[in-house]
Amino acid sequence: MPEHQEKSIVLSIERLSPSVYRLTLHAPLIAGEARPGQFAMVACGSTLDPLLRRPISIHQCSGDGRLQLVVKVVGRGTQLLSEIRAGQTLDLLGPLGRGFRLSPGPVALIGGGIGIAPLLFLAQSLMQTGQADASCRVLLGAQSGEDLAPLAAGFETLGCHVELATDDGSLGRHGLITDLLPAHLPNLGKVYVCGPHPMMAAVAALCASAQVDCEVSLEAHMACGLGACLGCAAPGADGRYKHVCKHGPVFKAEEMAWTTR
Amino acid sequence: MDNAMTIPSQPDLRVALGPLALANPVMTASGTFGYAAEFANLVRLNRLGGVVVKGISLEPRAGNPPPRIFETAAGMLNAIGLENVGVKRFISDKMPHLRTCGCRIVVNILGDSIDDYAALAGHLSAVAGIDALEVNISCPNVKKGGVAFGTAPEMAAAVTRAVKQETDLPVIVKLSPNVTDIVVMARAVAESGADALSLINTLIGMGIDARTRRPRLANVIGGLSGPAIKPVALRMVWQVASAVSIPIIGIGGIGTAEDAIEFLLAGATAVQVGTANFYNPGATEQIIDGIADYLRQQGESSVQAIIGGLRLGA
Repeated sequence: MPEHQEKSIVLSIERLSPSVYRLTLHAPLIAGEARPGQFAMVACGSTLDPLLRRPISIHQCSGDGRLQLVVKVVGRGTQLLSEIRAGQTLDLLGPLGRGFRLSPGPVALIGGGIGIAPLLFLAQSLMQTGQADASCRVLLGAQSGEDLAPLAAGFETLGCHVELATDDGSLGRHGLITDLLPAHLPNLGKVYVCGPHPMMAAVAALCASAQVDCEVSLEAHMACGLGACLGCAAPGADGRYKHVCKHGPVFKAEEMAWTTR
Repeated sequence: MDNAMTIPSQPDLRVALGPLALANPVMTASGTFGYAAEFANLVRLNRLGGVVVKGISLEPRAGNPPPRIFETAAGMLNAIGLENVGVKRFISDKMPHLRTCGCRIVVNILGDSIDDYAALAGHLSAVAGIDALEVNISCPNVKKGGVAFGTAPEMAAAVTRAVKQETDLPVIVKLSPNVTDIVVMARAVAESGADALSLINTLIGMGIDARTRRPRLANVIGGLSGPAIKPVALRMVWQVASAVSIPIIGIGGIGTAEDAIEFLLAGATAVQVGTANFYNPGATEQIIDGIADYLRQQGESSVQAIIGGLRLGA
C-alpha cells in the first residue's frame, strides 16, 4: 500500500458549522487507494510556520479522484486550512495508517464530534459491499445540534439507522451518545468508534463487558505520519507503546491501555 | 559556438568523510528517517548520499510516555526517549532492507555507559552492509550521575576511543550543542581518533501550556529541531570547521538546497537533513538537485570547490 505525496487541487470548501469545514479536493492518487479509517498528512501552508503537516482523517472518496476532508479549527494550522480557497493546491501525504477492518454482520458506528468524519466513509463501504444492512446502527453525538447536524447528514441516505445525542439537548437525546449503546449491544457483532478519548474508553469498556468486538480510531500529535518520528505513541495493553500513525490509527480496543490516560 | 558546449554538465557531487566516500553530500539525520523503509515509497533511496538510521542501543527501549512532540515557531520539540528496537532486532529485521537501499548506511549508536558503546561497535562491525557508525554522545552517562557524555570533553573522548578500538568502520561522532564551547568538545573527539564529526544534535528546550499550566511534553524538556535552530547550527559548524581538520557533517534546520549550501560554505563536507523529512519527505532529493543547480549557476564543476568557501572580510 504505497503512500503518495500529492499536490491536490481544492475544488471547494464549505463551512459546516462555526469551526468545521469540508474540503473537496482533486487527489486521484490518494482517493484511488484510500480505505476507511486512513488519514492524510496535510501541509497547512507553504511557509515554515506552522512547520508540520496535520493528520486529517479521510471523510469520503469517489471514483473520479475526489477526496473529502473535514477539518475542525483547533489551532493555527487548521485555521490556515479553513482559509484555503477553491483553485488553490494542498500538499497531501497519504493514504496513511491502518484503517477499519470491515467484517460482515450487525454493526454499530459510534462517532463523537469531529470523530464522526471518518465514519461516513466506513458506512459507505460497509453498505456498498453488503457487509452491513439496514440493521447498521449509527450513534452520533456532539456538543450541539449546530455541530452535529452537518456531520450526521449522509448516513440515513445510505440506509443506516441513525440516533443522535447532544450535550446541550438541542438535537436528539440530551446526554451522551454512549448512553444509547447498551440497549443495542446484545444484537451487535462489532462496534466501530471514533471520537473524544473518554467516549472511546467508555465504548471500549461497554463492548469488553458484552464481549462485542470493538475498533477505535485514535488521534495523536505526529510529525511525519510515516512511522519515523515516533511522536505519536499511545500505550498498548501489553505495556508497549503503539504508534498511532502506523499501527493505527484504528486499533482493536483490547490492544490499547484505557486506564493510564 | 557549438550549442552542445553550453549545455552544463552534471557537477561532481562526490565527497569523502575521511575513509567514507559519498555519492553526494546529502544524508538523512538519525531519528528523522526511521530505518529508511518508512520512506521507500516517497524517496529514491539510491539517490541519497547516505542514510543515518534511528539510534540503536544494546537492548530495545520503549521510549517516553506521550505527549512526545510539540510544534514550536518554525520548529518542533521532541522527547521520544530513544525508542528503538535494540541491536539484535535491528540486525535481523532492519538490515536486510537497508542493504538494498543502494546508498551508504550509517548506524547511529547510543548507550548508558562506555561499555555499551564499545559493545555496540563490536556487534555492528561484524554486520555486512554497514558503512559507518555515528556515535550519539548526547545521552546521559548512567555511571557518572547522568551527565551527558557529550557535555564533558574527557567523557566524549573516552567514548570515541572505546568505539574506535572496537571497530574498523569509519566513526562519526555527533556533537551536542548543549555545551558552553562546542570547539572544546570537537577537539577532544577529533584528538581521540574520530574520523568525522556531525553537528548539531537538538538544542534542549521546553514548552508550557499556559491554559493548563502543564508542560507540553510528558518529559517536560525535549530537543528543539527544525528551521528555528539553523543559525545556531551554522555558527557552530563554522567555529568547529575553523578549529579541527577532520571532516564535518552539518545538521540543523536544513530544508532546502540553499540551507545545505550555507553549511557547505561554513565548512561542512556533507549535511544531514532531519526535521524536513517530516514536513517534506521529498526534501533530500530536492536538495541534491538544488546543489547541482547551484554549482552550475556558480560555474563550479565540483561540490568540493565550495566547501569552506565562506568569504570573510572586504
